[in-house]
Amino acid sequence: MKKYILRRFVISLVTIWLIVTVCFFLLRLLPGNPFASTTLMTQDTLDKMMAYYGLDRPLWEQYVTYLKNLLHGDFGYSLKYAGRSVNYVIATTFPISAQLGLQALAFGIPTGLLLGILAAKRRGCTADVGINLFVIICTAVPTFIIAALLQYFLAVKVKLFPVAQWKGFRYTILPTICLSLGTVSGYARSMRTLMLEVDRQDYLRTAKAKGLGTFRIVLFHQIRNAIIPMITNLGTEIAGMLMGSYVIEKIFSIPGMGAYFVTSIQGLDYTMVMGLVIFQAVIVVFANFIVDLLYGVIDPRIRVA
Amino acid sequence: MEHEKSYQDGIPRSLFRPVDRSRLDTEQIVRPSVSYWQGVWRRIREDRLAIFCFLLLAALILLAVFAPVFSAYQYDKTSLMEGNLAPSASHWFGTDSVGRDLWTRVWVGARVSLAVGFIGAILPFLIGMFVGSVAGWFGGWVDMVIMRIIDIGMCIPSMIYVILILVYFGGGAKAIIIALAVMNWMGPARGYRGRILQFKNREFTLAAQTLGAAPMRIIYRHILPNILGNIVVSLTSFVPAAIFMEASLAFIGLGIAPPMTSLGQLASDGAGMYRTYFYQFAIPSLVISLIIFSFFMLGNCMRDALDPQLRDEMSRSAKKRRRKAGSGKEMGKNE
Repeated sequence: MKKYILRRFVISLVTIWLIVTVCFFLLRLLPGNPFASTTLMTQDTLDKMMAYYGLDRPLWEQYVTYLKNLLHGDFGYSLKYAGRSVNYVIATTFPISAQLGLQALAFGIPTGLLLGILAAKRRGCTADVGINLFVIICTAVPTFIIAALLQYFLAVKVKLFPVAQWKGFRYTILPTICLSLGTVSGYARSMRTLMLEVDRQDYLRTAKAKGLGTFRIVLFHQIRNAIIPMITNLGTEIAGMLMGSYVIEKIFSIPGMGAYFVTSIQGLDYTMVMGLVIFQAVIVVFANFIVDLLYGVIDPRIRVA
Repeated sequence: MEHEKSYQDGIPRSLFRPVDRSRLDTEQIVRPSVSYWQGVWRRIREDRLAIFCFLLLAALILLAVFAPVFSAYQYDKTSLMEGNLAPSASHWFGTDSVGRDLWTRVWVGARVSLAVGFIGAILPFLIGMFVGSVAGWFGGWVDMVIMRIIDIGMCIPSMIYVILILVYFGGGAKAIIIALAVMNWMGPARGYRGRILQFKNREFTLAAQTLGAAPMRIIYRHILPNILGNIVVSLTSFVPAAIFMEASLAFIGLGIAPPMTSLGQLASDGAGMYRTYFYQFAIPSLVISLIIFSFFMLGNCMRDALDPQLRDEMSRSAKKRRRKAGSGKEMGKNE
């Protein structure tokens, strides 16, 4: 087990290094430069700016410097917001996005699983049809449309929730619901399919033949087996949720990380993009690692030696 | 003994006479055999929801193709005096802020969305299938390298290369399709590799190999038919996903460049002013949702129809209807 963890750790480090490298050079492929959008800048000023941030040096030298700084945990300074370090941006925006993401997951996953189980158990009944309909609506209507509609009816018309901004728990409810809808519908759909698939397995027939009660069968035999395939994507999903959603953050004007992500790529804010990407990669890799370990806990059949 | 003399219900044995076996055609096949695709077609035809979604989709596609042709307005003709008009007899969906006719724009946008959806779903899928089958079939270091590339590619935020591609190709429908292809080929590649692995060591594959069939032939002739249903189903879920993604990209501001438009573009433009001109937001949203919805439902029905294992379980309503029709009750009244 120790050996496995060590090996995984080394592979993770290599993966992160590869991501850093690929991203670094991909970003430089983008046409333009970070200061191009700032109007009224003479060539002289531009050269000075490039020199100040070290962008005039050869690419490999910049790369080595960046890696060196990275090893010291220094993501560098933003090229767009003068004097604001990437570390500072992550430290201030990540908690907000993470809170929103965690709330959405904490609400979305159990709700989705429950709906899926309910739909599978009441197959063909009104509950199943209703849940199916809900899932289809969530899948068919783009997030920004649902979010805008909910905002319009629940916040503007009925005034149940604040329309936007980020000032307390009450402000988080609507964005959390919008963010979690995808999770809810996704989990409900796959849980339903998997529950029905497990329903046909021999071990479930055995459990029934043993005379176990429905509750016991569903809880200990069916759910436990149905849930395994869904764990695979959990790591990526958690990471994605923690990083924040640009769409939701824009609609509800939440000062999260998602907005920085998009604007910094559009503005070619190299250091900012790199910092955010690396931060996300670390979370993804770490989450996948935990998920792999969790596999063994939930399904002893695939436990690693 | 009693039971040898009489059969059940006390009928004496003497009343039974043996059947002349020589005149019986027990081996004759009475019904025509149903091939896989005939079965699929039959199951789809019986599914009312599938037919409904198919008709809905066909109607939407026809509108997208013909509505702009027969419209009195041009999709890019501005008329500042007629800005933000509510839907009326002359402008069925109203006009936008610079006075362009929304009926025309919505259907022109639907064209773009549908094209992006179709091609943007099929292209990454084909790439993924090819890469996945190479990885799965050849295994070893080829597999290792391809899978690591995919692992890393999935960790890099797609936004980076989407923007890269959109900047490089200039934000047209073509660029978005390429962006979708680069963004989405990894999932199918992973899935397809898994399926290939699953069938690689089966006896029929071994048999084909022994007969000297080339790898691509085995994949195409022997493995593909086994997973075709699966592929069609994921493909039908990829089309709405591609339309969805295009809409989200449009919202972020990475959409089709004006005056050309797409449904996602129209909806996200409308989302900015839904409090004042609700129709400008609601109509494109409704159309895009209907398109995604019908594709999605069609995909669901296809999944049921294509899976022979589900044959007996599926389409309960169809069975119920048939049973009721058979027992002489009025059709069409149930449900």
